[in-house]
Amino acid sequence: MGKDFSSALRPAIVMTVLFAALLGIAYPLAMTGIGQAIFPSQANGSLVRDARGTVIGSTVVGQAFTGERYFQTRPSAAGKGYDGLSSSGSNLGPASQALVDRVKPDVTKRREEGVSGPLPADLVTASGSGLDPDLSPANALAQAARIARVRGLSVEQVRNIIAKQTEASPLGEEHVNVLALNQALDRLPRAAAPDTPTR
Amino acid sequence: MTLQGWFLILLFVGILLALTKPVGLWLHALYEGRRTPLHLVLGPVERGFYALSGIDPNEEQGWRRYAVHMLLFNVALMLFTYAVLRLQAVLPLNPQGLGAVSEHLAFNTAISFTANTNWQSYGGESTMSNLSQMLGLTIHNFLSAATGIALAFALFRGFARRETKTIGNFWADMTRITLYLLLPICVIYTIFLVASGVPQTLAGVVNVQTLEGARQSILLGPVASQEAIKMLGTNGGGFFNANSAHPFENPTALTNLVQMLSIFLLGFGLTWTFGKAVGNTRQGWAILAAMLVVFTAGVTVTYWQEAAGNPVLHQLGVAGGNMEGKEVRFGIAASALFAVVTTAASCGAVNAMHDSFTALGGMIPLFNMQLGEVVIGGVGAGIYGFLLFAILAVFVAGLMVGRTPEYVGKKIESREVKLTVLAIAVLPLVILGFTALSSVLQQGLAGPLNKGPHGFSEILYAFTSAVANNGSAFAGLTANTPYYNGLLGVAMWVGRFFIIVPMLAIAGSLAAKKYTPESAGSFPTTGGLWVGLLVGIILILGGLTFLPSLALGPIADHLAMIRGQLF
Repeated sequence: MGKDFSSALRPAIVMTVLFAALLGIAYPLAMTGIGQAIFPSQANGSLVRDARGTVIGSTVVGQAFTGERYFQTRPSAAGKGYDGLSSSGSNLGPASQALVDRVKPDVTKRREEGVSGPLPADLVTASGSGLDPDLSPANALAQAARIARVRGLSVEQVRNIIAKQTEASPLGEEHVNVLALNQALDRLPRAAAPDTPTR
Repeated sequence: MTLQGWFLILLFVGILLALTKPVGLWLHALYEGRRTPLHLVLGPVERGFYALSGIDPNEEQGWRRYAVHMLLFNVALMLFTYAVLRLQAVLPLNPQGLGAVSEHLAFNTAISFTANTNWQSYGGESTMSNLSQMLGLTIHNFLSAATGIALAFALFRGFARRETKTIGNFWADMTRITLYLLLPICVIYTIFLVASGVPQTLAGVVNVQTLEGARQSILLGPVASQEAIKMLGTNGGGFFNANSAHPFENPTALTNLVQMLSIFLLGFGLTWTFGKAVGNTRQGWAILAAMLVVFTAGVTVTYWQEAAGNPVLHQLGVAGGNMEGKEVRFGIAASALFAVVTTAASCGAVNAMHDSFTALGGMIPLFNMQLGEVVIGGVGAGIYGFLLFAILAVFVAGLMVGRTPEYVGKKIESREVKLTVLAIAVLPLVILGFTALSSVLQQGLAGPLNKGPHGFSEILYAFTSAVANNGSAFAGLTANTPYYNGLLGVAMWVGRFFIIVPMLAIAGSLAAKKYTPESAGSFPTTGGLWVGLLVGIILILGGLTFLPSLALGPIADHLAMIRGQLF
């Protein structure tokens, strides 16, 4: 046993150093070089800029929308909401009082907006990351009446935008990217009475 | 449940079955030390590594020598990572200017990554610099996976070799697996991930002016290169706190499918390699069949429960399945499947928060781990763990029907059975012992976020995950305390190495035996009867040991949930 031990010392130490250099330095740096060369946009976070070059978000990561004029994002447990430095789910269990206390006011709010019938689940539940970039089409449709009212559009127009922005995959669920959807809203020609809340 | 959901599950299993033999063949070439086309490029690296560290790759090692060399290498790696984490503040590539990782967290994390667990007591984005992610953590993702496969090779040789004292050379096994298997796949995998939207940069935080005019900070980093090996090596330690739920780790439904496939890929292949190594590939398929029976049952329950949703929320007027803690782009089916895959294999990456699953939907991931991570399992660790159950199964069959206990040409005798029981008994002792302790101590009770039975589930899940070297969590538990970091660290170490050492002793003992050809008195180990026996042994052992604890946690939680009783 003693001989086994002493014979293992040098390989253990030298191999640690060699593999650290190969796998901990060379591999990630080489991949960074390749990624930056072939897919610079994705490698740098798929950032979206406005006309003046200011970064307004990422197509991949969600950002908070809380106002009435935009499609609102799901509840988020990342920091104070959509904090890109502390991704997290709520981690509340299924029979949690805290979960019910959080969902109830959201349900009330939607009912006041005039959403009737069963609410789409993702409208009132927090995502796993707290940075979910998407809504389910049902969630977006539930918000369509409010958007139409606030923006002075017809519900039909809003529904069309949702349909156009909906992405489907046989490997996951139908979803709408909130940032893209809201940008599409902003691109619409202004209606007769823009931005005038009806209440 | 939808047709589309079941299509995804069938597609997933179908792709893996198609890849089992090709991957198994590749692994078998490495098992035998044959040249591969990749030797042209990486051969000089391999020889250079041996030369610099004074290794003779052709030296055959007995089981003790194999074990000591493996252990010492793992200890050296662990100390290296501990040092990197503690020195983080003064090392380069730290764009956020993060301070040193605390002693107890660095202790926990270093063990965690060495043991192929990747339990995260920390939130990646707020704790680890880019250098720590690369140099401290990514290397373990490769080397703990390579160590696991090397150990499986050692046990295969125990079954395959006759009347010899040796089971191979640890350094040669580990180096070849890293260079000719893990690294090349990861290079291609990383490029695919970057193309799909996973960042790969040394930059840090990007400041965003959102459409509504608020400020948001987004963290970038060398994510893709770590993500690839995190999945392929069944490690599961995410770059970000939210792991594969984070859109930067897992941006699309396609990356999600590929991530799930890569968790199981090497585990599937290794069953074939085992069959080939012992001279009958049907032995490998029989093992895979038994694993798939347990896996399919688990997927069905979790998918069914998650699709049925949470009656507590239905009461409030919310429709449909349980979306708390799940991402819209994946939805119910892809999240339920991921949860069962990641806990059947000892990966522990998550694309949805298991803590927020329905009570029974979340019980399956817990139960998967309690079965000993042998349903596919961690790379290498899954198959050697499963073979321990196979030894037990032939022993039980021998007692029941009076057949000689033999497996793939080796007589199973008292020494092997004793060592097997020793290895298998570690799991429940540590899980239940530490869970009980934490359910009465103040430091333990301070951990759970949820109250009532779900809080108990959080503690039970943590120790199960640690001992089983999984690394997923009911993440409401506040584990970054000296108490939990310390105890979970011990649990992970015991769960890894207290199984490995008896397993290697079995390999040594088997290698010394002579070949016993199959006779009329042998119990056949390829047909449906054998598959049923294996499944029975695994479920009965797991069921008897852990059902009482499950009754206190998830089952009580389920009864509360359907009655609408809140905590």
